[in-house]
Amino acid sequence: MASPSTRGAAIDLRSVAKHYGSFVALDNVSLHIEPGEFMTLLGPSGSGKTTTLNVIAGFTEVSSGSLDVGGKSVIGVPAHKRNIGVVFQHYALFPHMTVSRNVAYPLTLRGIANPDREARVRKALDMVKMEDFGHRFPSELSGGQQQRVALARAIVFDPPLLLMDEPLGALDKKLREWLQLEIKRIHRELGTTFVYVTHDQEEALVLSDRIAVFNQGRIEQIGTGRQLYDEPETLFVGKFVGDSTILRGAASTSGDETAIDIAGRKVATAKRLPDGAKPVMLLRPEKLSLARRGKAGQDRNTLPGRVGEAIYLGSGSKYEVVLADASKAIVRSTLDAETFAIGDEVDLIFAGSDVKLLADDEKADFTLT
Amino acid sequence: MKQPGRILLGLFCLLVAVWLVAPTIVVVPMSFNDKKSLAFPPSGFSWQWYQNFFTNPEWSASLVGSLKVAVVTAVFATVIGTLAAFGLDRMKSRVSGVLRALLITPMVVPGVVLAVGIYAVYLDTQLVGTMTGFVLAHTMLAVPFVIIAVSASLEVFDKRLETAAASLGATRLTAFRTVTLPLIAPGILSGLLFAFVTSFDEIIVALFITSPYLKTLPVQIFSSITRDADPTVAAVGTLLFIATSLVIGAGLLIGSRQGKR
Repeated sequence: MASPSTRGAAIDLRSVAKHYGSFVALDNVSLHIEPGEFMTLLGPSGSGKTTTLNVIAGFTEVSSGSLDVGGKSVIGVPAHKRNIGVVFQHYALFPHMTVSRNVAYPLTLRGIANPDREARVRKALDMVKMEDFGHRFPSELSGGQQQRVALARAIVFDPPLLLMDEPLGALDKKLREWLQLEIKRIHRELGTTFVYVTHDQEEALVLSDRIAVFNQGRIEQIGTGRQLYDEPETLFVGKFVGDSTILRGAASTSGDETAIDIAGRKVATAKRLPDGAKPVMLLRPEKLSLARRGKAGQDRNTLPGRVGEAIYLGSGSKYEVVLADASKAIVRSTLDAETFAIGDEVDLIFAGSDVKLLADDEKADFTLT
Repeated sequence: MKQPGRILLGLFCLLVAVWLVAPTIVVVPMSFNDKKSLAFPPSGFSWQWYQNFFTNPEWSASLVGSLKVAVVTAVFATVIGTLAAFGLDRMKSRVSGVLRALLITPMVVPGVVLAVGIYAVYLDTQLVGTMTGFVLAHTMLAVPFVIIAVSASLEVFDKRLETAAASLGATRLTAFRTVTLPLIAPGILSGLLFAFVTSFDEIIVALFITSPYLKTLPVQIFSSITRDADPTVAAVGTLLFIATSLVIGAGLLIGSRQGKR
């Protein structure tokens, strides 16, 4: 097997736009994917992630912009000439063919005859651990098995690029988690470039080298999972990736110090903002802690609130704290920390350096479907 | 459900079944009559009317004529109807609804009206009593049946399979041949059967455009029964009844085997 870096294709989207009449599905999307990289396109439904995938696959033509796969422009190249593997959410196995014939289909089209064809079908089914199911029909398999066959069919012709459109979307949680690890293993073994579409941020964090976060036809941020979680560049990314507490207030600056007025309290931050700015404060759950009212030290920021929800998670507890201005804070505490009950009066404690200050954005709201 | 209700329901169903089948079954004993009459019940037993059907050139020629016309019609109507159904299915414009209605009209327009029109055109073009004339007219009548049968299978066909085939390297034509066609084959096959039957037992148009040189079986049956009470008609009826039962039985058998998969 060749080394991973030579097997995967690089992908370059530059200023890609797609319009359907007056509806803008993709708005100036630029994305570079390294050979052999596992890139996930993450976003809510209708954010443009699937359109981007369809553009790369050749199912959708771009309205403007350029698209290179493996260093060559594929604009105007029909899907069947692109040599790209695609795995669909609905499996899309041919119901009138056995598993073996399904997997052999792309090889037959490429004029590969037996015994080479048979050997490659066997190898692909081995890779997805479906070697004993070659004679079955798709209708005789479970959803997870069908998707593994679909994966074998998409990699059997050694494409330099594999696209996956919510491949685990129709499966239950346990099976999904196991197949995520299988997909990771197959990616490692093949060295092919993977582009994976999902709306599940946990799945994106598990699988990806890098994640591109989509919202309303645009890319909000591209980065590793850690970058997206620790350093979100936009309010949308902060809200979509991981749990977060969002607080809104007005900044007042005197000299080098900026304090933000939140629910009647001044909160110190590490960043200097122009006087009168209206930033959004974003805090991750593990950066927050709780203390009984009045028991917190004076050296850190505190906000008074009441426990609205207390959830025991086994490895710790999760609290929802309602603040004076009715905004809700999400706090995660470890097992050894003090526990609180619903209705307890508490102080929310955090360090100014853990506060992410972001520009407010009314487009940051999303609904999960 | 209570017992008396069940029995009553069973009896009613039996009655309906008898009512549906009796007219067909009655023909069978009549075909073995030993006298030249269509009396029921028959007075004796003989095979002579079957013999007559196979030996009398008037009858055998009409059977051969009907089979020729029906086979050619079925092939033409199936090809045209399948292509039309596929095209209508893939048309995004609203015109497709109008086109579909237009293509179905031969099924809705009264047969006599069509027959008069066809006859008038055929007199001018000298198509009366020709094979071409029969095939043209019957194909027009059969195409709607094929369109309806094939459209029904296209309705349940998952078009995303064609997208998947394209991603695996299939051109549109290859995807149609290897994926779409095998999956809508049951619809095409039932369209073919409908087209064959439509032509085989068509009488109205056939009566208008027939000639002494080309007669179809329904025309021969009709003229024979209006001329004299010839029990050969009953023999033909019995043979057709057995043939169609076999075809439908085979169809059901194939269907149930596919359903199991």
